Amino acid sequence: MNFDKELDARGLNCPLPILRCKKSLNEMTSGLVLKVISTDPGSVKDFAAFAKQTGNELLTSAEAGGEYTFFIKKK
Amino acid sequence: MDDQKKLAIIATKGTLDWAYPPFILASTAAALGYETQIFFTFYGLQMLRKDLSCLKVSPLGNPGMPMKMPFGPKWFKGINWNIPNAVQALVPGYESVATALMKQTIKNNGVASIPELRELCQEAEVKFIACQMTVELFGFEHSDFIDGVEFGGAATFFEFAGETDICLYI
Repeated sequence: MNFDKELDARGLNCPLPILRCKKSLNEMTSGLVLKVISTDPGSVKDFAAFAKQTGNELLTSAEAGGEYTFFIKKK
Repeated sequence: MDDQKKLAIIATKGTLDWAYPPFILASTAAALGYETQIFFTFYGLQMLRKDLSCLKVSPLGNPGMPMKMPFGPKWFKGINWNIPNAVQALVPGYESVATALMKQTIKNNGVASIPELRELCQEAEVKFIACQMTVELFGFEHSDFIDGVEFGGAATFFEFAGETDICLYI
C-alpha cells in the first residue's frame, strides 16, 4: 500500500505509539497516509480505538512476525 | 457550549508508580482530542516538581507489587522475590534500590519515563493546576515547580470539572 510517511514505533509501549502517531498526523495534511509499525500487542485495539475517536481512517491493520502494521489516512 | 470532550483528573499520589496513570491518561486523552486538566493535590504535587528524583516506589507493605529483577537470564528474571516487610523495613536504602530496579524495568519494557510523559502532556496542552493550599501546607515554593503550572483551589477545579465528560480521582 502507498503511504506518505512512516513511523517506527517498535519497542515502544502504551501510550507512546498512539502519542507518536498523533504527533506525526499533526505534521501531515488531510488525505495523506501514515504507516505505523509497532511491536506492542495492545496497539491493535488501541489504533482501532484511536481511529474511531479521532475520525482518522484506519485503512488496514496487519500482524506479521510479532510486528503490527497500520495504515492511517489523516482526516 | 462546544462539543469537544473534556477530562479532569485529580492526582493525589506522590510515588513513581502512581505518577503513571494521570500522565498516561491525560496525554492519551489529549491525543484523542479531549481538553484535559489535572489537579495536583497533596502528595500529587511531587509530580510537578522540577526535580523528579523525589518520585520513588516502595515495595514495603505493597503485596501487589511483583519483585522481579530487570537483568540476568530469563529464569532469573522470572523469580518473584518475596521479601518480608520486616526485612524490607530494616534494610537501609531498600526503597532507593527498588526504585532503581523499577526504572530499569520501565526502560526495558519501552515504557516512557515520567519526565517524558509529563513533557508530552505539556506539549499537548494538558493544563496542570497545583493546589495552592497544599503547596503552602507542605512548605513548597512556586519556584519548586515546572513552568506552566497554574495555582488554584477547589473552586478552580470545579469550574472545569463541572463541564467534563470524564472525571477521575487517582
